[in-house]
Amino acid sequence: MATLITILYYLMVAFFSICFLYNFIKSKKWAEELLYLIVLLPFLLRLFRLK
Amino acid sequence: MNSTAKQRKWLFGLIFLVVFILAGISFYRSRHLPEPVVLGEGVTEVKKLSDYFPGIKGSINDARIYVLGQEGEGGSVLILGGSHPEEPAGRLAAWIIIENVRVKAGQIFVIPTANPSASTSTRPGGAYPPDYSIKTSWGEQKFRQGDRWSNPLDQWPDPEVYIHYPSRQQLAYMDIRNQNRTWPGRPDGLMTEKTCYAMTQLIRREKIDLVIDLHEAELQYPVISTIVVHPKGQDLAALASMTISAEEGFDIGVEYSPEALHGLSHREIGDWTDAIPLLMETPEPFLDATRGKTDRDLILSGRDEFVMKAGQHGLLFEKLDERGWPIDVRVGRHLSSIAVILKTWSELRPDRLIEAEEIPHYSEIVEKTTGFYLKNPAEAPANRLFFE
Repeated sequence: MATLITILYYLMVAFFSICFLYNFIKSKKWAEELLYLIVLLPFLLRLFRLK
Repeated sequence: MNSTAKQRKWLFGLIFLVVFILAGISFYRSRHLPEPVVLGEGVTEVKKLSDYFPGIKGSINDARIYVLGQEGEGGSVLILGGSHPEEPAGRLAAWIIIENVRVKAGQIFVIPTANPSASTSTRPGGAYPPDYSIKTSWGEQKFRQGDRWSNPLDQWPDPEVYIHYPSRQQLAYMDIRNQNRTWPGRPDGLMTEKTCYAMTQLIRREKIDLVIDLHEAELQYPVISTIVVHPKGQDLAALASMTISAEEGFDIGVEYSPEALHGLSHREIGDWTDAIPLLMETPEPFLDATRGKTDRDLILSGRDEFVMKAGQHGLLFEKLDERGWPIDVRVGRHLSSIAVILKTWSELRPDRLIEAEEIPHYSEIVEKTTGFYLKNPAEAPANRLFFE
């Protein structure tokens, strides 16, 4: 059960990472672009199991 | 999308990649920093927790157990450092025992990193340095600073409420990753619970008489400069406390493990095994919430003007002045306490003798420093060198 929850958690992290990246590409305002990247950083660090 | 926007996105993307790669390398190196352990003459065997519970095999928490002395006549003690790796005096005291101590009677089992996972991360938002170095005559030895809780990379997510097994007491959610809230552990639990279960199996199978769990505490916490003991070890702790206070050059108190507080080593080991558990706390101002700059110097010097200010307002349970609480003082207190506890135990139970030689005492550590007792890994034979 715990393993399944962990897998679901990582899938959720991957999903939100893709969302932030998509929004970064689609955004037209520089401040929003910067914001999406800043928010993306901890998600990617967790997804790649670095932090 | 115009070309200016495209160029901007590429520039931002590039900066992001540089930051991500640099941060990633830093975190990876910190998590995988090897800490050398040079086996002293007294070490006869190196085991792993999975030797006692195969369910932990392959996990980062399959911790090493250094065994000093031969199996046979006499008693045995298990010394735990790094149940909370952010409390470095416990790990360093365990290191010094492995590298220096010889056993005349009985056996000493030492686990210097009882929660290896917790040693690979630092507290989120705590601004902890990733490591610290101890000066020696041959250079510096670097240690991971670590955290109180297992690394979320190894055990995550936490539940909404942590229900302790087997008491079913409700504890704070993050304490399901706290090595000192998951005793006696369970074989089908999460990683931290499995680690405690493996150590419980070790205690039972090796017929361990004493378990000494080495900790440090913030000065704003009332359980400090003390031995916390299960009621079945009250005579031993009281005698040891009096001897330490009379002969070792510092005072240490005794407190009894609360009956209704579950998951802690000083309660559960006593309830679920034949061993007597003793938990020792030295003062570590680095852990105080009102501390100032949280850097390597604070870990080692234990000197902080903001915590001192709290002391001037009567908010501390231990004294703190401009001398601070240097690491040598804290390591020395742990080692002297261990030496006296073993001596007292041997006097009380001559049928379960545990006699150790070359345990440096408080005055020796303060005079010569902790680094004096750390061995040079460059000079160690390959088969006597391990990495935590």
